[in-house]
Amino acid sequence: MKKYSVFAIAREAMRGHKGWEEQWPSPEPKKSYDVIIVGAGGHGLATAYYLAKEHGITNVGVIEKGWLGGGNTGRNTTIIRSNYLYDESAGIYDHAVKLWDGLSQDLNYNVMYSARGVMMLAHNVHDIQVLKRHVHANRLNGIDNEWLTPEEAKAYCPPLNISRNARYPVVGAALQRRGGTARHDAVAWGYARGAAARGVDIIQNCEVTGIRRDTSGAVTGVETSKGFIGARKVGVVAAGHSSVIMQMADVRMPLESYPLQALVSEPVKPVFPCVVMSNTVHAYISQSDKGELVIGAGTDQYVSYSQTGGLHILTHTLDAICEMFPMFTRMKMLRSWGGIVDVTPDRSPILAKTPVKGLYVNCGWGTGGFKATPGSGHVFAHTIARDEPHAINAPFTIERFRSGRLIDEAAAAAVAH
Amino acid sequence: MLLIRCPYCEEERPELEFRNAGEAHIARPTDIAAISDDDFEKFFFIRANPKGIIYERWRHVHGCARFFNAVRDTVSDKFVMTYKAGEPKPSKLPGVSK
Repeated sequence: MKKYSVFAIAREAMRGHKGWEEQWPSPEPKKSYDVIIVGAGGHGLATAYYLAKEHGITNVGVIEKGWLGGGNTGRNTTIIRSNYLYDESAGIYDHAVKLWDGLSQDLNYNVMYSARGVMMLAHNVHDIQVLKRHVHANRLNGIDNEWLTPEEAKAYCPPLNISRNARYPVVGAALQRRGGTARHDAVAWGYARGAAARGVDIIQNCEVTGIRRDTSGAVTGVETSKGFIGARKVGVVAAGHSSVIMQMADVRMPLESYPLQALVSEPVKPVFPCVVMSNTVHAYISQSDKGELVIGAGTDQYVSYSQTGGLHILTHTLDAICEMFPMFTRMKMLRSWGGIVDVTPDRSPILAKTPVKGLYVNCGWGTGGFKATPGSGHVFAHTIARDEPHAINAPFTIERFRSGRLIDEAAAAAVAH
Repeated sequence: MLLIRCPYCEEERPELEFRNAGEAHIARPTDIAAISDDDFEKFFFIRANPKGIIYERWRHVHGCARFFNAVRDTVSDKFVMTYKAGEPKPSKLPGVSK
């Protein structure tokens, strides 16, 4: 892997940019690997990267049905924060935020992590109580989060309407300054390049159609559209399709898959400095470095794999955006799309060993998995390499739905889904 | 937005009138305190989440307010049929080959 640097740019500029090498090759699958990762999204590629970098396991195949980063990694609203309520969640999401800081240098790839701040608005007494509880819980866990008055919120985010005559007046806000955004595609590409440079095979356009097991029940490999590929360890990181893949090994999951939509406006000059979320009116918004307003909508109410959702879900969130930011009422929306998110009953992910020997699963990130990408890959790689969970993901078992030891983060979602 | 046929009102109405109520044909244990943790997990948390034909409950909240069941394809989101609560799970589906 040739290192990217200002000198590389200068060198290539001198010779007509003919020397850039491809960022990752497209190999044919080997007969077998030490570890197979099913799904080349951000979490899967990060897992492969940390398997190679931290655990020296480089004989890894990442198998992807479509193209890498083409699922929810390329469809989310790119928001990063770790202001979750419970200790377990705070642990895993803040592990990710710590890795985000420095990820571009680690990967030698600009993921454009921008800690521009994530501000959550309060509109009523209940919001104040909930958000202040979060502020205190976060600070006890060593996570930055602070309470702002409406005037302080306006100073941090000038487009905010703090008029007392607003339909949903802003009565305060919680601000996590380390929160922000990153370039979602670059995250997938950076991890893919870093993993491939260490010997990982990324096999795109290859669908997993079955999981093969021996007579003891242990995993021996996966059936794919390019034939059988052997491996004693298989990590499933398939987001909305996790239930489908796990069913191939006769593991039934506590998951339901829903469409989640997002949309972007036409690009404009910088007008919006941070990320703003409001649970009460169901709106969240930021501006990408390209200039588009990036707006997240809600999930549809029914199980679906269609990667599309109802128009009324989008218009509902735009109603709220226009109410809070009247200056956006005449913005044109350019594109909208849907991704399929796998939701657990307690709205916390599952990163764990499974009842099947050699089968590991990283799923259930629901509506907010992007922010966790580096931390998720880091601890999942540990789980696969050592065959035991990292202390950070130890609570996120698949057995918690039997034991009752849930991590009930439903109320901590940025916006209600 | 989906168009859903309520089997009680006997007409197609927009999705906004309905509330999805999850997977259908999950029988609640008669003595829930007596079942094992495994059985409780299966009943309460584990879901089929199929890619393809799903049997699901809907409630016509802004209409007759009654629960009913539906068969839908989760890839195309097209309804195969709807039927009244309490009716058996249909074994043959109209227009579905497999």
